[in-house]
Amino acid sequence: MSERAERQDRRLAGRSPGQLAWLRLRRDRTALVSGAVLTLFVLVACGASLIELAYGIDPRDQFQGKLDGSGMPLGYAGGISTEHFFGLEPGLGRDIFIRLVHGLRWSLVIALAAAVLTAVIGVVLGTLAGYLGGWLDAVVSWITDLTLAMPFLVVALALTPTVTLRFYGQRDAVPPAFGIAVLIAIFAVFGWTSTARLVRGQVIALREREFVEAARASGAGLGHMLFRQLLPNIWAPILVSFSLAVPQFITGEAALSFIGVGLGEEIPSFGRMIYQSLEYLQTDPAFVFFPGVTIFALVFAFNLFGDALRDALDPKSVR
Amino acid sequence: MTDAATPEPLLRVRGLTKHFPARGGRRRSGPVRAVDGLDFEVRAGETLGLVGESGCGKTTTGRLLVRLLEPTGGSIEFAGRDITHAGRRKLRPLRPDLQIIFQDPYASLNPRHTVGRIIAMPLQVNGITPAGGRKARVRELMELVGLNPEHYDRYPHEFSGGQRQRIGIARALAPGPRLVVADEPVSALDVSIQAQVVNLLRDLQRELGLAFVFIAHDLAVVRHFCQRVAVMYLGRIVEIGARDDIYERPRHPYTRALLSAVPEVTRSGPADRIRLTGDVPSALDPPSGCRFRTRCPKARDRCSVEEPALTRRDGADQAIACHYPEPEPGAVG
Amino acid sequence: MARFLLRRALSAVLTLFAVSVLTFLMFFALPRDPVSGMCPKNCDPERLERVRQELGLRDPLVTQYAGYLKGIVTGRDLGGAQGGRCDAPCLGWSYVNNEAVTDTLARVLPVTLSIVIPAAILWLLLGVGLGLVSALRRGTWLDRAAIGFSLAGASFQLYFVGAVLLLVFVYTLRWLPVPAYTPLSTDPWRWASGLVLAWVSLAFLFSAIYARLFRAQLLETLSEDFVRTARAKGLPRSRVYGRHALRAAITPVVTVAGLDVGAALGGTVITETTFGIQGLGRTAVEAVRDGDLPTIMATVLVAAVFVVLANLLVDLLYAVIDPRVRFG
Repeated sequence: MSERAERQDRRLAGRSPGQLAWLRLRRDRTALVSGAVLTLFVLVACGASLIELAYGIDPRDQFQGKLDGSGMPLGYAGGISTEHFFGLEPGLGRDIFIRLVHGLRWSLVIALAAAVLTAVIGVVLGTLAGYLGGWLDAVVSWITDLTLAMPFLVVALALTPTVTLRFYGQRDAVPPAFGIAVLIAIFAVFGWTSTARLVRGQVIALREREFVEAARASGAGLGHMLFRQLLPNIWAPILVSFSLAVPQFITGEAALSFIGVGLGEEIPSFGRMIYQSLEYLQTDPAFVFFPGVTIFALVFAFNLFGDALRDALDPKSVR
Repeated sequence: MTDAATPEPLLRVRGLTKHFPARGGRRRSGPVRAVDGLDFEVRAGETLGLVGESGCGKTTTGRLLVRLLEPTGGSIEFAGRDITHAGRRKLRPLRPDLQIIFQDPYASLNPRHTVGRIIAMPLQVNGITPAGGRKARVRELMELVGLNPEHYDRYPHEFSGGQRQRIGIARALAPGPRLVVADEPVSALDVSIQAQVVNLLRDLQRELGLAFVFIAHDLAVVRHFCQRVAVMYLGRIVEIGARDDIYERPRHPYTRALLSAVPEVTRSGPADRIRLTGDVPSALDPPSGCRFRTRCPKARDRCSVEEPALTRRDGADQAIACHYPEPEPGAVG
Repeated sequence: MARFLLRRALSAVLTLFAVSVLTFLMFFALPRDPVSGMCPKNCDPERLERVRQELGLRDPLVTQYAGYLKGIVTGRDLGGAQGGRCDAPCLGWSYVNNEAVTDTLARVLPVTLSIVIPAAILWLLLGVGLGLVSALRRGTWLDRAAIGFSLAGASFQLYFVGAVLLLVFVYTLRWLPVPAYTPLSTDPWRWASGLVLAWVSLAFLFSAIYARLFRAQLLETLSEDFVRTARAKGLPRSRVYGRHALRAAITPVVTVAGLDVGAALGGTVITETTFGIQGLGRTAVEAVRDGDLPTIMATVLVAAVFVVLANLLVDLLYAVIDPRVRFG
């Protein structure tokens, strides 16, 4: 064995499948670019307050003075200037850039929280249903089928105000945090079934594998079986489904806000901004353009990254 | 070599039965009688070979013995205790004594665990901490089965099939078992590797005084490894006895047919060769009477009516389930 | 086969029943007074009370639900001034629209059907075509372009695509009229030109998913043994692909299509809002805004019926494509 080959051997020895996937991911250009874009988005979202401080404009500030008589922003392309990077909203005259920064933050918070919650519920119920089978499996499968039959948007649409009214009266001011919590909860209630379905299938495929039987033959308990033997073998598809669930929830939040049941007016949201902007489609297209492109870039980056992740974790896959 | 002095067998199986509910197909039919009434014993330190064509129920038997499957009927006694329907808690103290080696070394090792973790699993699960610690014990075991202890932190995908099977063997040996069920431990390996692994198993068996239930379809391997042999056909034992008796003086037509199909162990010329015709009947609907009658060259009317019991003659160790067995060589004279 | 059909149909009915119970509970069991949002502006307490009586809101929940179900099956008398008799598939009376909910649905359903069905045909053709091309030309620029297109398509928001299309084709180029619904029977040309943007934007988004799915399935099938065997036996490429591979690869597409078409029929909320067309989705949004409970429930139920029916259809198609399923 030449010295170089020996070094190579030592370098590759003891690599876990996870480390190998990480190596593949790092060599993937799409993954690198989309990962960088995502990191940028996350940094912007985390640093929203700092950016606000540096930018010097509050998302609620109205710049009526920079609008013309009919409420249209003065200047070129929706009032873009060094002061207002993306221009101003027609009508109220709020700054679009800082509203997008805040919208990004809430969008990510909601999508990530919903995705984490979905993953946890889905993984727990999916593994239990798949491993134990029996009535639990029957119940989980049935609920999964039932959720598929419920039209998500319409039910979410109908449910959000109903739940809000359960806690607050018709005229009470609903705190923004509550609206966010309701959204996350609705996403979790509707979203976990797809993770559960995926995990259940994986567990059923693994359940009869000999290494699982080996642990069973050694007297391993349920905890050991689930957490030591099964889960380490299915985290790859879970991770992929997680990374692809996030953009779905971003889209979902925007969609709900678009039809008017998402977040309240106090929290800037992509969907609501686009809904409001449609009115100005002919007069101020820039107002449609910025939120639309931002949410596209965000979702696109997530989708690309999720795709690359799938390729890295499952090199055989052709997707 | 059989330790006849031990009065109480380590493993005693009586009328062991496993039926699987039949699924698929248009109609619901009766159960699949994978294992249908087995009787045998294994003494401490003894090796019993379980041979038969694929689908005869030998793998199911192995899984029943370590209680990966719940028996439909009969009883399993291990070390004097009835474990036929014992739950996980009741089995727990016995688990370290009763281990299994699997057929497929690619499926039997968790791909996400290091070799060290895989071998230590039975220790961890049973809360056993050997003197000097688990890690030292695992290294010792790796050395014992011919693996480099330096490879403790490597993953299964970095090993060849033979090495993987050695890992599986080390895992089975880790808790210091008294009986190991080996389910076709070499049939998934290259022929050149098979001999190495079988020799390793034999050395370990002698060195550690282990009892083995060795399941295989390869008669040569069984002959090399086992002191006693049981021949299975369609969920039943048709002949059981000491190795030399079975190989030199087979009395059941099925055993003779099996043996004559193996070139290395065939002593008689081609004229004596028994060819099995037809397929193995379905375990869903086994033939009436003697299950082998549909393929047996000697079958007569009685065979379709009356099922032959596994009987021992003349106080011999050999037992046969056949109405018309081959005469004992001595008796023919 | 008959048994298979029966079993599927039975489970579909069960699912629908469960959905109706859930929907009912969701809206009536929650301690929100359904009436307060139900009557038009300036309601006096006396009128509110009358509405409550008419709706049977004073009855126990089970009785209310039984009444609702009975209304669907046999029709029911609503009593009170407005309704009187409400005929067979009676889904209640909308106090906001002042008409039977069934009438509202009869008005808006053709709109949603006109949007979804042509769009679904378009997106299936586009998606399967793209997937086929990219699978057969795997690794070429064509493949990469198709994959890029589909990933991008899956990341766009319908309202954004719709807005851009509106801006370009309606407001700037003025090639198309402002989207609106005209019944097909009245004027097929105006029907098509009023909805074509909705079809195109739906197709753009959905075909992306199908292209990816179909490409992956096809590649997987093509690498399977039976396809290789067929090739090795000397069957021509076109025959292997047409007979063996496509058939195996199309089944998951059928499944997803069933779900999507069902879901789209139940809620083209976004599409209808973007293009300002009054279909089932818009009706649901407005019902929620106005707190029009009978209409909300009806839209949820109708949407669920579509999903379940689509699934049932998919199961039947499956049984035709793949005989093994029948005995699953």
